Amino acid sequence: MTSALLVSFAMTLAMAATPILLASLGELVAEKAGVLNLGVEGMMLIGAVTGFAAATLTGSAYLGCLAAILGGLAASLVFAGLTLGLSSNQVATGLALTIFGVGASSLIGAPFVGKTVARIGPLFPAALAEHPLLRVVFGYDLLVYGALALAAAVGWFLKHTRPGLILRAVGESDTSAHSIGYSVLAVRTAAVAFGGGMAGLAGAYFSLELTPMWADRLTAGRGWIALALVVFASWRPGRLVAGAYLFGAVMTLELHAKAAGFGLLPPEILAMLPYLATIAVLTLISVRPGRVSAAAPACLGKSFSPA
Amino acid sequence: MASIITRRTLLAGAAGAAALPLAGPGASAQAPLGIGFIYVGPTGDYGWTHAHDVGRKAIEAEFGPKVKTSFVENVAEGPDAERVLRQLASGGNKLIFATSFGFMNPTVRVARALPNTWFEHATGYQRAANVATYNARFYEGRAVCGTIAGHMSKTGTAGYIASFPIPEVVMGISAFTLAARKINPNFKTKVLWVSTWYDPAKEADAAKALIDQGCDILTQHTDSPAPLQAAEQRGLFGFGQASDMKTYAPKAQLTSIVDDWAPYYIRRTKMALDGTWKSTDTWDGLKEGAVRMAPYGDAVPENVRREADLVKDQIIAGTLHPLTGPIKDQKGELRVKDGETMSDEALSKMDWYPEGVQS
Repeated sequence: MTSALLVSFAMTLAMAATPILLASLGELVAEKAGVLNLGVEGMMLIGAVTGFAAATLTGSAYLGCLAAILGGLAASLVFAGLTLGLSSNQVATGLALTIFGVGASSLIGAPFVGKTVARIGPLFPAALAEHPLLRVVFGYDLLVYGALALAAAVGWFLKHTRPGLILRAVGESDTSAHSIGYSVLAVRTAAVAFGGGMAGLAGAYFSLELTPMWADRLTAGRGWIALALVVFASWRPGRLVAGAYLFGAVMTLELHAKAAGFGLLPPEILAMLPYLATIAVLTLISVRPGRVSAAAPACLGKSFSPA
Repeated sequence: MASIITRRTLLAGAAGAAALPLAGPGASAQAPLGIGFIYVGPTGDYGWTHAHDVGRKAIEAEFGPKVKTSFVENVAEGPDAERVLRQLASGGNKLIFATSFGFMNPTVRVARALPNTWFEHATGYQRAANVATYNARFYEGRAVCGTIAGHMSKTGTAGYIASFPIPEVVMGISAFTLAARKINPNFKTKVLWVSTWYDPAKEADAAKALIDQGCDILTQHTDSPAPLQAAEQRGLFGFGQASDMKTYAPKAQLTSIVDDWAPYYIRRTKMALDGTWKSTDTWDGLKEGAVRMAPYGDAVPENVRREADLVKDQIIAGTLHPLTGPIKDQKGELRVKDGETMSDEALSKMDWYPEGVQS
């Protein structure tokens, strides 16, 4: 590989990893609070379409991103109302949210099919990114950097702040947190809302940067990869970043290697890799139940009704 | 999963229809003919499924109250399709169009169980008394694209984003490459298999990977405009697929192969209404209007337009077949002798590539 190829490969990789990282960060926070929201794909699609619609109507990609966050957040609040307010089954409700998201985004998006919009575009002036090596560092849009900064912020929040500790307590032992006076449902609602906003933003990364258009099922299953990634990272933000870039590298490497004429692995195997890796991690966790932090939050997926 | 909502809606609709008093045979002249469509992708894909849905709407526009069409989108190829086909048939549809290659076995199985329903299967090869097949000669359009690519590629290398190596895709790659090599004998086509019909982000990444490998012109046999957008972003050129995709890439699109199923769908619906429907095998092309070329992009110079038009006119006149010998395969072995053309049967089973294809 020449250096130009490496630069291009690295940039495609970072951009492929960004939406997965954004969505899985949000899901990680929700799961840390004990809520399993399988509706990531649906929330991403709703974010993608609201972001695109807003960007088309206002002409601003950043306003589009904001609208996408609100769209994903609104969808997640429906989920929160059902699972937290009415104690419905989280798995079933999450799946329903994905199905709903596919349909709703298609409905909202129908008038926008065939339209285009300006990309979010690079954050730094082009002059800074002229040299190929500098481009790898300075050549991206805001969301690539934003996703990494958010990962660091989430990691710090969960580990070093009091609200982060409360959030983890709610996810590990809802009854204990409740008995010392924390509102389990309020904390969980906030966590789910954060997850929704992040999934919405991740969706907007498709419709406003990667493929600036609206088409049905635009995200093509990336939400499921984001869900798998949270498990793969064993609920740790640092590993989440590594995992997102690793998954991004696998997806990008497949295409670049084939374009260059190397068949590494059959494409079906490569498509399976993120999920195979997740199963491997799950197996490792259950075989060697090491430190507590490596395992799932204890109350993940359980309903809680304050008595 | 994506189609569960639509399928449930359909089921509810079917139950509702069953509850209504059924019109007897005597009243059938007044009752609208039910026509069902089953799609592999979303109607909003702006590609393959979109084109079929345009054809469905053309039926409604042509026949008005005499027909009632319905469709189910996002149906996975395989056993799922069988259930949807049965539901469409039990929902009162007399004529059913199955619009993807992978619906072939389910269609044939359901047709065997329901001899009084007429089935039309796109791009397949299995027929029965109540199963017709139809396809369009997209490879004719690919030859026009190849001619333009041969003239306009500076690196002499095109990138071809392809879905699955089925004959339909193989013959398209071949027609494109052969036409380009008539202009530039050293022309190469790099094929990148993405193993999906529709995944915009992956198609865009594939386009970037091909551009990085020196391809300066892109074409695709996947359904989204994403590769064309990638070409636009890098200041390169490409060809649209299934629809005119100019809005997505106003500078990059040189032309597009536009699928037009409306003439066939209207013809077959008329036959069904007249009671003259028969199982046939139809393969229409540029001549019949099933395949059209979108207007040339501004970047196509006058002389190239003339050359492309000439190829198109010769194909329509029947004086040029895009797969005419001598054709050597990738190993250099002569597969089609000088002056011979590949028969439709050979085309529909094609599993080898001509020289110049890197796959």
